[in-house]
Amino acid sequence: MSSDYEYSDEDGDYYYDEDEDMMSTQEDGSAPSDDEMDMDAFGDDFKVPQRAARKAYEIEHESLPQSAVEKLMTSDVDHISGIFGADASTAALLLRHMNWNKERLIEKYMDNASVVSVAAGISRPSRTSLSPSAAGPERSQSTSSSARSGGLRRPTRQTPVPTPKPAPFVCPICFDDSQTAFSSLACEHTFCAGCWNAYITSKIREEGEHAIRCMAEGCALIAPDLFVRTALAEDTPTWERFNELLVRHFVASNPNLKYCPYPSCTYTVSCPSAALKSSLTTVVPSVMCGATASPPHKFCFGCPIESDHRPVICGVAKMWLKKCRDDSETANWIKSNTKECAKCQSTIEKNGGCNHMTCKKCKYEFCWVCMGPWSEHGTAWYSCNRYDEKAGIDARDAQSKSRASLERYLHYYNRWANHEQSAKLSVELYTKTEKKMEEMQITSDLTWIEVQFMKKAVDEVEKCRMTLKWTYAMAYYLEKGNEKELFEDNQRDLEKAVEDLSELLESPIDAEAISTLRQKVTDKTVYVSKRNEIMLDDTAKGFLEGRWSWNVSVEGFD
Amino acid sequence: MASISTRRLHKELSEIRTEGCPCGITLLNADNYETWFFSIEVLGESLYQGEVFKLMFRFDASYPISSPAVQFVVDQNSQAPVHPHVYSNGHICASILGTEWSPVLSVSAVCVTLQSMLASCKVKERPVDNDRYVRTAPDNPKKTRFQYDDDTV
Repeated sequence: MSSDYEYSDEDGDYYYDEDEDMMSTQEDGSAPSDDEMDMDAFGDDFKVPQRAARKAYEIEHESLPQSAVEKLMTSDVDHISGIFGADASTAALLLRHMNWNKERLIEKYMDNASVVSVAAGISRPSRTSLSPSAAGPERSQSTSSSARSGGLRRPTRQTPVPTPKPAPFVCPICFDDSQTAFSSLACEHTFCAGCWNAYITSKIREEGEHAIRCMAEGCALIAPDLFVRTALAEDTPTWERFNELLVRHFVASNPNLKYCPYPSCTYTVSCPSAALKSSLTTVVPSVMCGATASPPHKFCFGCPIESDHRPVICGVAKMWLKKCRDDSETANWIKSNTKECAKCQSTIEKNGGCNHMTCKKCKYEFCWVCMGPWSEHGTAWYSCNRYDEKAGIDARDAQSKSRASLERYLHYYNRWANHEQSAKLSVELYTKTEKKMEEMQITSDLTWIEVQFMKKAVDEVEKCRMTLKWTYAMAYYLEKGNEKELFEDNQRDLEKAVEDLSELLESPIDAEAISTLRQKVTDKTVYVSKRNEIMLDDTAKGFLEGRWSWNVSVEGFD
Repeated sequence: MASISTRRLHKELSEIRTEGCPCGITLLNADNYETWFFSIEVLGESLYQGEVFKLMFRFDASYPISSPAVQFVVDQNSQAPVHPHVYSNGHICASILGTEWSPVLSVSAVCVTLQSMLASCKVKERPVDNDRYVRTAPDNPKKTRFQYDDDTV
C-alpha cells in the first residue's frame, strides 16, 4: 500500500471523506478489485512521493508510464485467464470485447461461454451455440464445457507457426504461387504470410484498429496478439503502435484513467477521485503527467481544457470560455462603435454624416456627441459644446445604466484577458529577468545560486496570474452576497500582491540596493505565494462545503 | 505492394476474360490496373427492368487489402439507379465497400452484391440525405464514412 492511501484513512479532513464516499459509490459500477489491483500491481515501483499534506485544492493522482498501464492490463488478463482456465491471448480478447469490465465478463461468460467467445471473435459460431437456450440443463452444460475445452485446445491451432501447405495451395488474395508460408486463425481461413502482414499493417497503421478480424469475408474471428506479433515479423514500430492502441483502448475503458493529451506523450494519469462526473462540482482535478517536459504536461482530468483552471470548476470554466468565444468580440465592438437611442434604447451605429441623429425606430432626434435632445442645440448647428448640459448628462446616465450588463461582462472579460496576456508575455519577462540576473552577478558579489530569487519570483507571478485569470471567470458567475464579497477580497489581495511583485521585477536595478531588492523580492514572493494558496484553498473548500452559489444554472448544481 | 495489386488484378481480369462475367454484368473497359468499367443490369423481375447502369472501379496499390472505390457513373449516357442506398452522384452506401470489405472479395463478387442490392429493392427512392451529401461529397467515395444502418435492401 502506498502511503497516501494509509493516511487518507486516518485523516478526518472533509476532503478525504468525500474521496472515500466516491470510492465506495464507484464500487457499484466498476470492479472493487481494480483498486486493490492498482496498488498491488505496482505499489512498490510507483510510490507517490510522500508529501507533507495534500492541500484542499490539490487532487490525488498518479502518473503511469505506458509500461505500468501494460502491467495493469497483464494483471487483469492473468486474473481472467486464471478464472477461466484460458490462455492469456484468449483472456485478453475477452476482456477487450467487454471493455475491460471484469465483473460483466465473468458474469456473461459463466452464463454462456460460447456466446461470449463468439462475440469476442475467439471462436466461430457452432451449431450447438446457435441452438435455443431452452434446451435442458445437461445440454447447455455440454455447450459451455465444449466451448471451454475448445478454448484450451485452441492455442495449439492459433500458434501462428506457419504451417506449410501442400504445393498446389495458392493464397486466394495475392495468387502469388511463389509464396510458401501460410497461416490462419482458428477458423482455418488460410492466407500467405505476405498478405497477412500487409493486411495487419494497414489495419494498425491506417485505421488505428486493435481488433483485427480474419481476412475472409464475413469471418468475425479476431487475431490474437501472438498471431499479430508473428505476422508483423520484424516490423517492430508497427508492433509497438499495436501495443499503444491496446493501451489506449484500456485507458479509454477505465474511468479512473486518462491519457495525457499532449502530442506524442504516452503517459497515463490515474485519478480515481475525479472519475465520476458528479465529483466535478466539488473538485478541480488539475493533474500533471509524469513525463519530464518543460513546461510540464498539466491538464484537467475532468474536461478538455489543457491547462490548470483552478480554482474554478470544470462546468463554470467551460461556460466562461464559451461565452468569451461567442460574445467578447461582439460586446467589445458594440461598446466601442455604437450608442443607444436615449428614448427607445435601440443600438445605433453611426457610419457617417453629421452629429444630428434621428433614430430610425422612434424618430427621436438627438446629438451624437452629448446624447442630449437636438432641439436644445438651437443655432449651434453641427458643433456640440453642450457636453455639461443637464439633459445631456441625464441621457448619458440612462445609457450607461442600460449597458450595465455589457459593462459588467467586459469588466470581468478584460481582467481575464489581461492576465492571460501577461502570462503569454512571461517568455519576454523571463529573458529580461535572466539578463538582470546576469547583470546582478557582475555588479554585485552575488553568485548564480543567489540570484535565483528573481527567477522564482517570475515563476510565482506567472502561476498566480493563471489563478487570477480564472477567478474572474468564477466571479462573473458568482451570485452577489457575502460569499462573493469574501471571494473578491481574496482576489483583490492576491491581485495587489502580484502587481506589486510584478512592478518590483520590472524596476531598474540599483547596484547599491541589490541586497535590499533581494530581500524585498524574496519577501514579496513568499507573500504572493501565500495569498495564492489562500485563494485556491478557500475556493476549493467552498466547493466542498457547497458555499458558492451561482447567478446562472451550472451543470451539476440544483 | 504494387505487385500484389497488379498480380491480383491480372488474375481477376484473366478469369473474367476466360470465364466471363456473372449474368447481367459486362466488362466495358479494363485497359489498365487503375480504373475498370462495367455495365450492370438486373435480370428478371425487378424495379429496374430494362435499365442498364455503368459501374466504375478504382484501384490503388493497397488493393485487395483495402477495398476498391466503386461508384455508378453519372454522365450524359448513364445515370445512377434510383435506390435508397445510391446517391444521385453515383456514390454507393454499402458496407461491403467499407467496413465489411474483405481481401478475399473480388471485382465480380462486388458486382454480384450490387446487382442483388438492386434486385431486392422495393421502393425506388433516393437516400433521405441525398441533397446534403451530394453537395459536400468528396470525389472519392472511399473518403466518406458511411453509417450502415439498414441491411434489408
